[in-house]
Amino acid sequence: MLDADFFRRWMTATAASVDREADRLTALDSAIGDADHGSNMQRGFAAVRTTLADEAPDTPGAVLMLSGRQLISTVGGASGPLYGTLLRRTGKALGEAAEVGEEQLAEALRAGVQGVMKLGGAALGDKTMVDALLPAVEALGSGFGAAREAAEKGAKDTVPLLARKGRASYLGERSIGHQDPGATSSALLIAALAETAEG
Amino acid sequence: MSEEKLVGIVLVSHSAEVAASVAALAKGLAGGAEAVPVAPAGGTEGGGLGTSAELIAAAAATADRGAGVAVLTDLGSAVLTVKALLAEGDELPENTRLVDAPFLEGAVAAVVTAAAGADLDGVEAAAKEAYDYRKV
Repeated sequence: MLDADFFRRWMTATAASVDREADRLTALDSAIGDADHGSNMQRGFAAVRTTLADEAPDTPGAVLMLSGRQLISTVGGASGPLYGTLLRRTGKALGEAAEVGEEQLAEALRAGVQGVMKLGGAALGDKTMVDALLPAVEALGSGFGAAREAAEKGAKDTVPLLARKGRASYLGERSIGHQDPGATSSALLIAALAETAEG
Repeated sequence: MSEEKLVGIVLVSHSAEVAASVAALAKGLAGGAEAVPVAPAGGTEGGGLGTSAELIAAAAATADRGAGVAVLTDLGSAVLTVKALLAEGDELPENTRLVDAPFLEGAVAAVVTAAAGADLDGVEAAAKEAYDYRKV
């Protein structure tokens, strides 16, 4: 079973991973966006790390709700409301249980990804974070490692795609040949989940 | 001066200058708009380009006179942040609505209509209609 501490460690591991990969995320974003994805995600997850330490929410749902709220407040780009909605919908779906099972988490994450798709209007193949998150959620039934692989593959598979949502969509055909920064950071989030589960 | 409460207008842009200038322009073009609460929410709290949930929530609170608040946005994260705040339920005043309209033309239409004492539905309809005014 997964408790609040597990979810705190997941968020902290994501913050550390975003710190490590910030330059890469910004480099990807400078090719097809406005070159702020790394710093935006870094600022958001640094705020998440601080607020989780200060407020110490005591259920898995509360950890994700608070983290999502913090991302909406602090990121300053589209990834704020998108990741914020992902975590808040997931947290809401987990309810007030003190511990949740892997199956429950998989189901809650699915609700979170659906929230992101509704908010941004993106579908699979639009070259967005959905391309990493949706395959990860599908694979989560086979374990955390499978979810990580699916997310990483999903992110890599955005390279040949034409962007249909977000700023990169203004580039049309010129968006082809670049890996999507949002799908890449989504793969980091899922990798941090797997890393936390592996201990 | 009517006793009627006027609909508030919030203008959310990636740029503080754009939000403030569009607010000034819309009020300037609308007769009798002095009474309309128009609140710009532009850029990040640090003064950079982007969207701030805090600035949006503060602007909505400022513009709220109890008759509803119409929020107009430019693009991308401005749209998504307002939608996410609305989904939160308690972040924005009751009866706050994201209005699907072109930013500048919609703002002018919204302020003119609000100044005439229209309700939130009327303000929303006028702002949306701005999409239909073709230029060529």
